[in-house]
Amino acid sequence: MTRLATATALAIVLALPSHGATPAEGDNLAENQELSFWILDAIKSLDPQITSSRTDSDMIRQLFEGLLNEDAKGAMIPGAAESWEVSEDGLTYTFHLRDAKWSNGDPVTAGDFVYAWQRAANPATASEYAWFIELMNIVNAAEIVAGEKAPEELGAKALDDKTLEVTLIKPTPYFLKTLSHATTYPTPQKVIEAEGDAWTQPGKMVGNGAYVLESHELGVQATAVKNENYWDAANTVMDKVTFVTVNDQNIALTRYLAGEIDWMNTLPAGQFPRLQGEYPDQAVSTPWACSYSYLFNLSDKGPEALKDLRVRQALSYAIDRDIIVDKILQGGQKPAYYWTHWAIEGFEAPEIEMAGWSQAERMEKAKALLAEAGYGPDNPLTLTIQYNTSEDHKKLAIAVQQFWKAIGVNVTLNNYEWKVHIDRLNNQDFEVARYAWCGDYNEASTFLDYFRSGGYNQGKYSNADYDKLLADAATAENPADLYKQAEQILVGDMALAPAYHYAQAQMINADLRGVPLENVMSTWYAKDMYRVAE
Amino acid sequence: MFAFVMRRLAVAIPTLLLLIIFSFILMHLAPGGPFSQERELPAQVLANLNEKYGLNDPLWKQIWNYLTGIVLHFDFGPSFVYPDRTVNELIASGFPVTLTYGTLSFIVAILAGVSLGVIAAIWHNSWLDYLAVGISIGAQVLPNFVMAPILVLVFTLWYRLLPGGGWSFTDPTFWIMPVIALATSYMASIARITRSSMLEVLGSNHIRTARAKGMPEHRVIIRHALKPAMLPVISYLGPVFVSMITGSVVIDIYFSTGGIGKAFVDSALNRDYAVMMGVTILVGALTILFNLIVDILYAWIDPKIRY
Amino acid sequence: MVIQQDKMQSLAARMAEDEVKGRSPWADARKRFLRNRAAMAGLVILILVALFALFGNRFAAWSNEDLDFNVMGQVATMGMPSVENGHYFGTDDLGRDLFARTVQGTQISLMVGIVGAAIAVIAGTLYGATAGYVGGRTDQLMMRAVDILMAIPYMFVLILLLVMFGRSIAMLFLGIGLISWLDMSRIVRGQTLSLKNREFIEAARATGVPAWRIILRHIVPNLLGVVAVYATLLVPLMILTESFISFLGLGVQEPLTSWGALISEGARTMSYGTLWQLAFPLFFFCITLFGFFFVGDGLRDALDPKDR
Repeated sequence: MTRLATATALAIVLALPSHGATPAEGDNLAENQELSFWILDAIKSLDPQITSSRTDSDMIRQLFEGLLNEDAKGAMIPGAAESWEVSEDGLTYTFHLRDAKWSNGDPVTAGDFVYAWQRAANPATASEYAWFIELMNIVNAAEIVAGEKAPEELGAKALDDKTLEVTLIKPTPYFLKTLSHATTYPTPQKVIEAEGDAWTQPGKMVGNGAYVLESHELGVQATAVKNENYWDAANTVMDKVTFVTVNDQNIALTRYLAGEIDWMNTLPAGQFPRLQGEYPDQAVSTPWACSYSYLFNLSDKGPEALKDLRVRQALSYAIDRDIIVDKILQGGQKPAYYWTHWAIEGFEAPEIEMAGWSQAERMEKAKALLAEAGYGPDNPLTLTIQYNTSEDHKKLAIAVQQFWKAIGVNVTLNNYEWKVHIDRLNNQDFEVARYAWCGDYNEASTFLDYFRSGGYNQGKYSNADYDKLLADAATAENPADLYKQAEQILVGDMALAPAYHYAQAQMINADLRGVPLENVMSTWYAKDMYRVAE
Repeated sequence: MFAFVMRRLAVAIPTLLLLIIFSFILMHLAPGGPFSQERELPAQVLANLNEKYGLNDPLWKQIWNYLTGIVLHFDFGPSFVYPDRTVNELIASGFPVTLTYGTLSFIVAILAGVSLGVIAAIWHNSWLDYLAVGISIGAQVLPNFVMAPILVLVFTLWYRLLPGGGWSFTDPTFWIMPVIALATSYMASIARITRSSMLEVLGSNHIRTARAKGMPEHRVIIRHALKPAMLPVISYLGPVFVSMITGSVVIDIYFSTGGIGKAFVDSALNRDYAVMMGVTILVGALTILFNLIVDILYAWIDPKIRY
Repeated sequence: MVIQQDKMQSLAARMAEDEVKGRSPWADARKRFLRNRAAMAGLVILILVALFALFGNRFAAWSNEDLDFNVMGQVATMGMPSVENGHYFGTDDLGRDLFARTVQGTQISLMVGIVGAAIAVIAGTLYGATAGYVGGRTDQLMMRAVDILMAIPYMFVLILLLVMFGRSIAMLFLGIGLISWLDMSRIVRGQTLSLKNREFIEAARATGVPAWRIILRHIVPNLLGVVAVYATLLVPLMILTESFISFLGLGVQEPLTSWGALISEGARTMSYGTLWQLAFPLFFFCITLFGFFFVGDGLRDALDPKDR
């Protein structure tokens, strides 16, 4: 994370070249410039301020454009904004918009952003992502979400049609990184007011992205075609993007192999090595900013045993992460001994003692710790592991059950639907639960904030030193060291048993170019892609 | 007859009412609501969501509002999980798909099943009979969630003949695999029923009489045997149509057809109350309708039955 | 999948008739059943499957939940059926022994089938017998209730129940059992109506035997044939229903499994070179269903011969 507010009173003006698809030397463009992308579940909503799903966001990103975009490596580059400045105190950002049009020909104005952001924060919209505007630390955002102030008081103002000024309540190192998130995309006030909830339907929807929605058959597919009004339409090669819903991953893979799908960004667990052997030019694994763990319930409702650090350590040590990664998932994931994903920008991995031991050593220590805590063959520890329905979670939970059985812990597995799983987590009705977190932006605080006292923190972990480190990091010149210390506290307290860091094992059609493989947020833009002739 | 139909329709109303109230209460008893999610929503947002969807009212009032909405405006409410759409829109987009492949499967199952059963009965104890019985028993026990991926593998990946999924009302290539996967086990059941009831009818006195009069065998079968032999088949068909719609979950999952089977399961899992209610009511109404049609058909074929 | 109601009715009528004539239909039936080759084959199959479920574990080299770390991660090459490493049926994706899992899945599936069928048959018999015996207003009301319940899409309700109250074997038994008692209750009621004015019932009533006792002692035994056939034919339907529920992921909790769960797992991975994961559970599933069909049909034909 680069700090934006510098000691000198210099405004930083960034004017990087924007991205766009520029075919590499020697590439012959194919006749067919269409992309079909696999999605597991049907698209729920295409309204940028309403949606709460990653899949939806992938499509929305083609239909709308935020102030900033991400390049192939995840760095922020100009999108709807051509350039921007930050005030000396880091509290005021001024964005200069480029001349761009909505798909209906209207100009894109700063007012469109103001409208959209107010709309997201407005409790009347009832957006499930209202918290995102709060997370950006925009002035009055929290009060508006809580219903205490009017949406018009949001600290985002249109100085004129092309200038947007945003004021923050505190310097926020990650602020610019939030601007490529769907919640912050502009939306057309006129259209929304005229059409109501139906404005996202094909034919009605108006966007400022590189593509316009052509059709949307729920649970079947949604297609978007090139938007001729897009400001960079001249550099957009891909003509059409189709999001194909296939509810079964294995069928999706079959259809990929039959050529019906061009890109699958998740593969069935355990299939990657085989596919890599058979299709070395198509199978690829890329890091993805999510971490998987088993969460301990440390609240009053949690079991007494888990309040003992030795027990938590024993449980964490007993999980054989190499087996999980190398023998179950087999998709390029990495074993996790700490919480933040290893590939997060600017994050330095902490030294974790347990990472250096062999599994045999860990098992030995685990058994000793459990015995010390008073559990043994005469008084075996019994626990439940709760997980939500999914083939992969099931496999992992079964494996962990066996790992813990090896140190004499009896585990019952409880499988719930996602909604119930979440509900039980939120009410602390669990003992050990499978939990994963995906970064909202590419900086360590998105992970670490989870365990702050008063953070989402469903296990109710609380440590004052940890909280202080995070508070300090928010305004620190170089927070990397503080994050490292925070991780050490977290793992020292064993607030969770980290399991693995995600990777996306993918199949990408051999003639497709421009898929961002180094972006840990896995943010992609079809406008940056193209297909080459054989 | 008319009185009978009227009486059955009169029963339909309390039935649906019961179904609605039962499902409604069941849903609200369940843990997790439509807005349960990882980050607990700010109180104000949650309050607004509950307000917007009328979840703040007492249960009896919610049921009342729901019922009046349906009766007065034919409005099944908004979807919680697909906020861009209303339940009416969701059903309007999914139901025609389910109905199309469901009806096709129904027809295929009847035609193929009856033919197979009749052939087996006519050439009783010949190799044709054994073949037909073998096919129908095998098909009956092969679950369609095993058959569907086999079909995709064979027709889409190996032979590249059919699209592996998706839906189109105009292009029949999209229909073939869903119909095969859905129709097979019902076809097998129909074949078994047809065979046994045909055998029974062919052994009965009036067929013997017809044969004795020198009537050609094919006329005996078509004119005299087929109609009475169809009675048990017909009584089987009412529940079949409805269970085909239930079974369409598998079809929707494997072939991305976008029907209401998947919509129902998803809505139950996601606590999408309104969609779930909408689909349940629809299927409940269809069940009643088909039971009625079967009874009428029954009376029409067998004049001895009086209601 | 279906139980033919007309045949069940014909059977019920015949059973009542024979009983009243004072001649047990069972003795003749046994002879006829023993002569029916398909039914006997079915019976043998069922006995073998039951033995497999009961004693299979004695031969298993692995437990149903142990992970074989040597196989894990390379199931397609190392996990195939082999006598050497003790995985007679190969392993599943996690390296668990498929033989032990099939044994355990067989236990669950048979149990779901039998308990579900038992619940359906008991509930249906008692309900139908009560309605028929009491008669009058009560009968009207009870049968109207059945009419209403007939129109409920059960699979939907079952899915709802499992989603709402979590997956548990008890809920599965109950839910599956409750699906099928309605038809049974209708047949039983019809039979009860025709039985209840017979002399022996009248006699019992005259001597002051209470109603519930007459139902249990005199009416239910007369329905035994129907009940037996119905139950035999219901079991495979229950097993099929359970497999569908398992496919939806609403079946029993891991590490327990059932045929449905094993088959749907096997079907997912069938193009990845691990076909045994589908083949073994599917084989047991199919032969058991055949067995029940054959035995059920044979039993019905034996008790209700058309050539009487």
